[in-house]
This record gives sequence, C-alpha cells and structure tokens, in this order.
Amino acid sequence: MSKVHVSTTINGDSVEFLCEPHQSLLDVLRDELGLTGTKEGCATGDCGACSVMIDGRLVCSCLMLGVEAAGVDVTTIEGIAGPDGLHVIQEKYLEHAALQCGICTPGFIVATKALLDKNPDPDETTIRYWLAGNLCRCTGYDKIVRAVQDAAQNLAYEA
Amino acid sequence: MAEAVDLKAIGTRPVRPDGIEKVTGRAAFGADLHLPNMLHGKVLRSPYAHARIKSVDLTRARAAEGVLAAISGADFPGNASDLGKNVIARDKVLYHGHAVAAVAAKTQLQADVALDLIEVEYEVLEPVMSLDQAMAEGATLVNETQHTNGDTSKPPSNVAATQRFERGDLEAGFAQADVIVEGEYRVPMAHQGYIEPHACTATVNEDGKATVWCCTQGHFDVRSLTAQVLGERVGNIKVIPSEIGGGFGGKTTIYLEPLAVKMSQMTGRPVKMTMSREDVFRATGPTSGTWCKAKIGAKKDGTFTAASAWLAYEAGAFPGAPIGPGCMSVLAPYEVPNLVIEGNDVLVNKPKVCAYRAPGAPQSMHAMECAIDELARKLDMDPIDLRLKNAAGEGTVAPYGPRFPAIGLRECLEAAKVHPNYLAPVPEGGGRGVAVGFWFNIGMQSSAEVRIAEDGMVTVMEGSPDIGGSRASMALMAAETLGVPYDQVKAHVGDTESTGFCNVTGGSRTTFATGMAVIQACEDIIAQCRQRAALTWDLDEEQVDWVDGEAVPKPGVNADVNPLSLANIARGAGRTGGPLLGRASLNAQGAGASFSCNFTDTKVDTETGKVDVLSFTAVQDAGRAIHPSYVEGQMQGGAVQGIGWALNEEYIYDADGVMENAGFLDYRVPVASDMPMIDTEIIEVPNPFHPYGVRGVGETPIVAPLAAVSNAVRDQLGFRIPDLPLSPPRVLEAIDEREG
Amino acid sequence: MGAYAYRAPSSVEEALSTLAAEAAAGNRAQMLAGGTDVMVQMRSIDKGPRTFVDVKHVAEANELCIGTDEVFIGAAIASAVLNESQELKSILPGLIEAADLIGSTQIQGRATIGGNLCNSSPAGDTIPALIACGAVCVIASSGGNREVPTEDFVTGVGTNVLEPTEFLVGFKIPRPKGRTSDAYLRFIPRTEMDIAVCGAGVALTLDDSGVCTAAKVSIGAVAITALVVPDAAAALVGTTVDDAALAAAADASSALAKPITDKRGTVEYRRKVVGVLTKRAAAIARDRALAL
Repeated sequence: MSKVHVSTTINGDSVEFLCEPHQSLLDVLRDELGLTGTKEGCATGDCGACSVMIDGRLVCSCLMLGVEAAGVDVTTIEGIAGPDGLHVIQEKYLEHAALQCGICTPGFIVATKALLDKNPDPDETTIRYWLAGNLCRCTGYDKIVRAVQDAAQNLAYEA
Repeated sequence: MAEAVDLKAIGTRPVRPDGIEKVTGRAAFGADLHLPNMLHGKVLRSPYAHARIKSVDLTRARAAEGVLAAISGADFPGNASDLGKNVIARDKVLYHGHAVAAVAAKTQLQADVALDLIEVEYEVLEPVMSLDQAMAEGATLVNETQHTNGDTSKPPSNVAATQRFERGDLEAGFAQADVIVEGEYRVPMAHQGYIEPHACTATVNEDGKATVWCCTQGHFDVRSLTAQVLGERVGNIKVIPSEIGGGFGGKTTIYLEPLAVKMSQMTGRPVKMTMSREDVFRATGPTSGTWCKAKIGAKKDGTFTAASAWLAYEAGAFPGAPIGPGCMSVLAPYEVPNLVIEGNDVLVNKPKVCAYRAPGAPQSMHAMECAIDELARKLDMDPIDLRLKNAAGEGTVAPYGPRFPAIGLRECLEAAKVHPNYLAPVPEGGGRGVAVGFWFNIGMQSSAEVRIAEDGMVTVMEGSPDIGGSRASMALMAAETLGVPYDQVKAHVGDTESTGFCNVTGGSRTTFATGMAVIQACEDIIAQCRQRAALTWDLDEEQVDWVDGEAVPKPGVNADVNPLSLANIARGAGRTGGPLLGRASLNAQGAGASFSCNFTDTKVDTETGKVDVLSFTAVQDAGRAIHPSYVEGQMQGGAVQGIGWALNEEYIYDADGVMENAGFLDYRVPVASDMPMIDTEIIEVPNPFHPYGVRGVGETPIVAPLAAVSNAVRDQLGFRIPDLPLSPPRVLEAIDEREG
Repeated sequence: MGAYAYRAPSSVEEALSTLAAEAAAGNRAQMLAGGTDVMVQMRSIDKGPRTFVDVKHVAEANELCIGTDEVFIGAAIASAVLNESQELKSILPGLIEAADLIGSTQIQGRATIGGNLCNSSPAGDTIPALIACGAVCVIASSGGNREVPTEDFVTGVGTNVLEPTEFLVGFKIPRPKGRTSDAYLRFIPRTEMDIAVCGAGVALTLDDSGVCTAAKVSIGAVAITALVVPDAAAALVGTTVDDAALAAAADASSALAKPITDKRGTVEYRRKVVGVLTKRAAAIARDRALAL
C-alpha cells in the first residue's frame, strides 16, 4: 500500500505529509503531524471534538480524508491563539468557566470561531443550534453559551 | 470549624490554573501520548452476550505481519477475580463486547488485521437481559456459582446480594396513613457519556518496572488494580495520570491497563491502547437499569407515616450494583418513622456497571420522588410544602443510621419556593415538576504537599485527578489559608511516585478531603514560617503570628521588626533550616451531605410525544462554594445529564443481547439546542467538619432531574408515565392508550 | 487484498474514465462527495479497500444555476453552501431546509444533497424533499447523461440505479412558478443530530383565491425507500388546505406508510407521526405559498 504525498496549509504554515489514502484528516493531524489539540471523541461525526476549519468552513476532521486536505487552508485549535496571546473566545471560555474536563473545548472553540467569523451577533438560539454538533457532557452548555455571547460582544466592541 | 470569616480568595471566580492548556489544545489527554517505537494494542471483543469460551487460537494472529504480541485470558493465570475476568474473559464471556484477546502490532491497521485472524470457539448460551428474566424462577444463571450473599445453603441465583434497612413498624405506619401512594418505576441502563474514550500507554523496562499513562479518576487505584490483575507488586508500577476528558465515575476502574502492560512486558516496547466510542458503550461500565417499587403514606396534613422501597439494580456481568447508595438515598431527605428499604444486586449479561454520578441514587429517588409527587396531588398540597413538612434537618436520623449534623435541605426548599422561576406561572399548556436530590458525600484518604519557592511562589502538589476544575479550588483554599494572592499559587496533580496517596476523584470528595489535606499542608507551612520568623527575630514561636501572608509579632510582643512575607522567609530559608515544605495526609472524616431541590417547566407535543424542557432551576447546598462558577457548572452539568436520562438516554438491546445504539448518534445525550439555560442557586449551610464548610457538590445535581422531569410531564398530561426515558414513542403510546 | 487509492478528477469525462479504468482493473470504485456517510461506513459496516473518486473537483458537479424555468444543483455542493444562497432558499425553502437538517454545522460543511441521495438510506432527509419538488437526477454515463426522476432513483436500502461506471452530477428542478412553495419536516427525538424517525416533504401550488391546484407529497423513513403519497396530494388539491384537507392528507400518509420497529421508533409511532408531519409540512408550504 503506497502512501500519498499531500501539500496543504495548516494554521498558516505550509505543510507536507504522507498518509494512507483512507486515513482521516483527524488521524493525520494527531498521529502524523503531532497536532493533538484536535480530539477524537467518536470518529463518526457525532461529537464535534475533532472540529477544524477547512477554508474557513467548520468540519469534523474525522469525516474527511487526509488526502482531501490537499491545497486547502486548515485551521486547528493550535492556530486560534495568535502571537499577541489568547483569542478573545479563548479568554471568554476561561472567564466564564465554560469548560470542566476540557476535552470538548478545542472543538467548541474552533466551532465558536467559525460561528463568529460568519455571524458576529448570534442570538442564543443561533448559538445553540450552531454548536449542536459539539457534545459537552460536563457543563450542560449554559456557561459555553454565555462565553460565546460575551466573546461576540467583545469582538463587536473591538471591531 | 466553619464560621463567618472574612474570606478573600474563597468565593472568587479566578481562571483555573490549567486553563490555558485546555483552551489552546496543549493539554495532554489520555490518547495524546506518542512514544518512540510504540506499538498499537487492540482488543478482540465477544460477539455474544453470553457464551462459554471453548478455545482461543492466537497462532495465526501471532504470525501476522507487524504483530509482536497476542494474548488471551490464559496469559493472566494468577488472577481469577471478577476484576481480572472483566478485563479479559476466562472461561465465559458475559456480555457483548467482553474482551477475549488482544494483540499489539506496529501499526493500527496491522493490529486490526490480526484481530480478524484470532480464532475463538464459543458455545453460545441464553443471555439474561432483564431484571424480570434474571429474577424469575429457574432463570438461566449468569454465574453458576453465584449464591445470594454468599449463602451456599440456598441454590445459586442471579441475585448476588441484598441489603435491607428497617425502622419502626411498617404496617402500623401505613395503618395510620390517610393517603397512600404506591407505584412501580423503571429507569434504563445509562452511560456516563464522557467525551474522551479510555486510553492508556504502558512501557515496561528491562528491570520489570512499568510506567502507565492513562486517563483516570484515580491513578493510585489504577496502580493497585493493575498490579492485582497482573500479580505484580504495586511498587513495580508507576501510573502517570493524563488530563482526563470526563469520567463521572466511569473512570474509577481499569480495562486496558493490564493488557497494555502485559504486551509491553512481552515485547519490550511501549504499547498504546485506545477505545473506540463503540467500545466505550459496549465494554465499559454504565450505571444500572432499575426496577423500583415505592410506597408512601401520609396523614391528611401531609405528615409521612410510613414508606417502603423495593429496589432491584442490574449489576451487569459481575456483582456490584450501587444498591447501598440506592438504599441510603431513597428516603434520606425525609423524617419517616416507619420504613423498610430493600435492595437487590442482580446479575445480567450486560457490561459490569461502574459508578455514575451519585451511583444508585437517581434511580431509587426517581421512584420515591414520583410517588411523593402523586401524594402531594392527592393531598392537594404544593409539592415543596409537602417536602418541607417532612424535611430532614439537623438531628434527623438518616434511614442508614447516622444522625445528620447541620444540613441544608430545608434551606434549599425554602429558596426554591420563593425563586422567581417558581413564582412565575406555569407556561400555557405545559407542566411543572419538583423533586429533591441527595448525596451523602464521602471522605477517604488524601495527601498533599505544599512547596514554597525562593520567591514565595506556592506549589500545591496533590494526587486527585482534576476532572472539573479542582486545581482552582485547591489553589483558592491554599491562597486563603496562607493569606497570599491566588496568582501566587499553582496546583498540580502528581503521579503515583511524585505525590502522596489519594483515593479516587469521586464521591464528591476531592474539594472536601483533598482540600482538607491542602489546607493542613498550608497550616504546616504557616507553623514553619512562624518558627523561622521567631528564629530570625530571636523570639519564641508562640510570640509570632501569621496574618495576611506575613509573619508578625503577636500584639503586645515587644519587637521592632518588619513583617516577614512568605517570600522573605523562603529566600532566607537556607539560614533558618532549609526549604519550606508542608505536608499533610489524612483519612477525612465528616463529609457533609448535600441536598438539592430542582424544578422544571416542560411541554409535551401531544401529537409526537416529544418533551421540551422550557426552563430548569437547580437549588443546592454546597456547604461553601470555593469557586462558585465551578459549583454552578457541576449543578448545570448534572442537571443536563439527568434531563438526558429522563428523556432519551437508554441502552437498547436486541433479542440476542447486542446493544443497538452503541454510539452518540443513537445514544442520545442532550445537545446544546435541546437545553435552556440552567438556572442555579447555591445555598451555603457550612459543613461543620470542614475548615471552610465544604460539602462536595458533584454528585447531587444528577439526582433530582429524573423525577422533576417526570413530575412536570405528569403535571401537563394529567397521568403518570412511570418508566424512563420519556422518549417520544413511550410518551405518545401512553397518550394514545389514555385516549383509547 | 486490494488497496485503497484516491483520485480527484476535474471533469465529467475524467471521472467517467477513472470509473471505467477502476472497473476494468477489477477495483472497487467509490464516489466521494462530502464523505459524511462514506467515512462512517468505512469504519463500521463496510471496511474493504477501494478507490475513492472525489467528485468535488468535477466542475459540473459544483454548478449552481438558477434559471427562469429550471434550477440546477450540482451533486457535490455542500449543504452549507446551498444554505448561503438566499435566492435558492426563497424559491425552494423545503428542499434547503431538508438539506440543512442533515447533521450538525460540521456535517453541513461537507454533506451534499447528491451524497444523501446516493447513500440511499430510507431515512435520507433530502429524498422526500427532492421528490416533492419534482427533482430529476442527472447521471453521467459513458453514453452521455441520462435523467431519472428522484422517486425512481433509490431501489432499496442502500441501493440505487447507478451503474458502477456512472455517477450523479446533479439535479434539475423545475423552477416553482406562481404561488408554489414547499416544506420538509422530519421527526427526531432531539432538536439536532439524529437520523429521521420519519419525514414528510410537501410541495404545492395555490391559485389566486388560495385553492390548491397542484400538490406532491413524499414521506421518508416509513418504508425501504421514500414514498410518493398520491392520496395525500389528492386530499389537498381543490381545497384551501384547510384543517379537513390537512387531516385527510395526514391519514393518507399514515395509511401508505409501511414502517418497521427499530431503535428509533415503532411501527405504530412512525405511522402516526408521519401523518402529523404531513399535515404540518403542508400547512407550512401553504403559508409560504400564500405569502408569495
């Protein structure tokens, strides 16, 4: 079985990797590239822990082949904070205690980023439906929703 | 002793010490470790719910490309305990998904291929899949040598154990009652549903010393349990806890660890094993499905005269259903003069149950809290008033024996009664339900060490895996005790060789018991600082006080000196006796029970049977909220788990005993859009046995929601659906039956 | 044992020749659109090696063309992209809401209507919606394109009319005229993330006085394939889609349904609720048409 050579961009860096044709992007990120911030909770697209952005669009990296990443821009949790520090979304998750165990948090933060990039002023219902593909078993979602609302307000204020 | 003190750190809401790692993806969880030369281990699982293993042939698997080890139950000859047999089956498989063999190969794909080459011959037996079937006369036996309570004078039985609490005269009590309610209630087997699947990596050195990395609620238990199954000395195993992606009780035992250690021993290479989500559902411990009969009687004024509960809990494949806590909890909130409580621990061909948040209490209290709701309706009393009328308080003797010290049930009920959500009208066409929750909380053993760096920075080292923000609580209690800012304290969870023994993170014990150890270790530091300051100032230790993080001469002591801060003392520690190191270890006594009152407004779509939760309010006694945000978080998360269990979560089996919904697609935990905000109110009736009044808050939140939701649906529909989940098909069927 | 491989043809011709070459070599070829079903099945029920032929780089399969008489929707367009077309949403709201119901935001970013149809599950959400709005499947074949009405596309659970050397390029949908609109509803136990327990798609046309002049009703997850319910349509036509007509349409759907009992619902439950959904979807379609 021969591996496929893939050139892509991850968090702004040009990256090349070899992967099996049927290997998921999630497994490539974690096992081949050491980007373990993206988590596996189910590997069937039901929990959102493996959320990444592909050309700005939110996807489950467990439901995408690594080879499909050729020529696209991949954003993972490792690419959310910038050289100036944490992103406002990350700060708000911390301030609101919007995480307990933290395993779902990378997926939630990437999903929140995708939401606020598209819709800077979402109402509670929009936030809840947007995040319905991200399971959290610890928080009951309350503090997550509040963190997203607060982050949106802060981003609007900064803008 | 808890008293009104001017708290500076406790009760604030700072960012947790491990926060940045968690929001940046840097935190390393169970599956995040990669070691050089690492092999991938995989488990072959039983395709049958109940079968005798006639043979396991690993020959072809061992010969497969890339395979370096293949093992079966026969490779663990020294241990035939239930634990060992659950880790890997010996002569029988007892549930679908039971581990039968394992392989380690250079790649995951090679391991997968090898699993297909393992040949297992089974003699398939009838699976025992329900409590009714297991307890019926002449039932097929899950374990042919199991006798109830070990009594071999009676024939073997699927009832592994029973428990009984009794008080007063039950018949006489019911005879005094003006109103009696009786019902049978069933709650399905449910899973904790932590998002992180079990994972571990083991490496064994040439000297036989093993190191295990895993996600666990208790790495000291992983060490002892793994040693037990392997027949190893505890001292030969070091366990390093990773960050843990949820557990809720489900990560208090072992599954993969002995297999990974064994295969690392055999190959001399690290072996990593992870479960798939399907494995987690099929082969790790969910909580018991139950069948409960509840009966309660009261006088016209609402005074309870008698109550009884008969409880049967599915243990799964091996004994150990939480009947003890189920029996302890069922009537704990109330003064009941006459009662009988019976519990049955029943074997079935399902995975061996494990702890799940207040294990046993949600099921039994669902039954009694539904019955009490019916009683309130018959008496035409407000459901909170009826509970207040009978509420346990300080001095009440709990059904399981001890006399309650100060508890906060009454305060919770009174706060709920005047909560704006309770004063608001019930939404048009919907219903409202009330229920009470309880968990006794536990103490157990903990150790902590506090180290002071030369600049005064405080490092707290303890051994309770942080599952929901406990490092923040530890740092807050340390900051409070030492009188230093929170930012000056870092809290860490050490491995089995870098910190003292701690029991599992569970039973809502961590903030209480490990917190107490941290406080005592800080007090040790304070004592040392007073002694060092005394030495510096040429005073007696008794003449030195510790105030706001500084050593000062006591009032009246004649000394012209400047206060010495922690940093001052630490910097000069070499001249006063060496580094500052505080220690404490304890077996914490005096865990304080935490009561709650929950109420919810729901609305049933009577054409589809779907229940929408419109609002949910949780009021709970925390004793003292060290970090209120994480207390609220426990209350909210537990509420949503309870709501999920009430509405849609259940293990669904086919006729052959195969779980049909072993994934998050059809094991339906609540998603964000299912839920409203969960309103919380923290009550603080301090636990007299904790320095800051802590009770422990993690378990109680899941208890009341089951009955609260059921009671709300009852309120709208006008009739009771006694069984959970209140899934759309069950609700619609009940409505249709009612309408004929 | 065969091997896994991946191809990303950029045109219909290249895709067809890839499929032909794989077939000639005795390899199994699998078209890959969003992959949200394929990836899950590859890990569970369908593990064997294959050559993935990625349709997402085929230009025609990415085309979205809203003409005066006809709408063409490429099979490889992700639901999230379709949902961002306000024009499409306004003329085919039922179809777009069906696409929007499939899975989470993450799934929406990948999943396609074409993939949903080709997966050919009895519970595919877009299938009743496609049938209701009269969608025709455009299939690329070595002899040129062939067209198949959606209701004839799926032949059984997981099977359809595609030959191994063919693939679905997209859908031709007559552009709704006058007061024509559609709606799709499904029932799931949660608010998101579940597979439909049952579903109903309704498209209808009203005249100036609000009387229904044409209707098509299709129901899903209540038989091995989505069903067309002529009696439900007949119950609506000639009425103002009032309560009596809605009740009759509901009864027609319930009567035609041939569901099974499984982990997601019982026979009785599905039969009853598919009627409720028919009624509710028809009312939504009616209100939408009245608003035009």
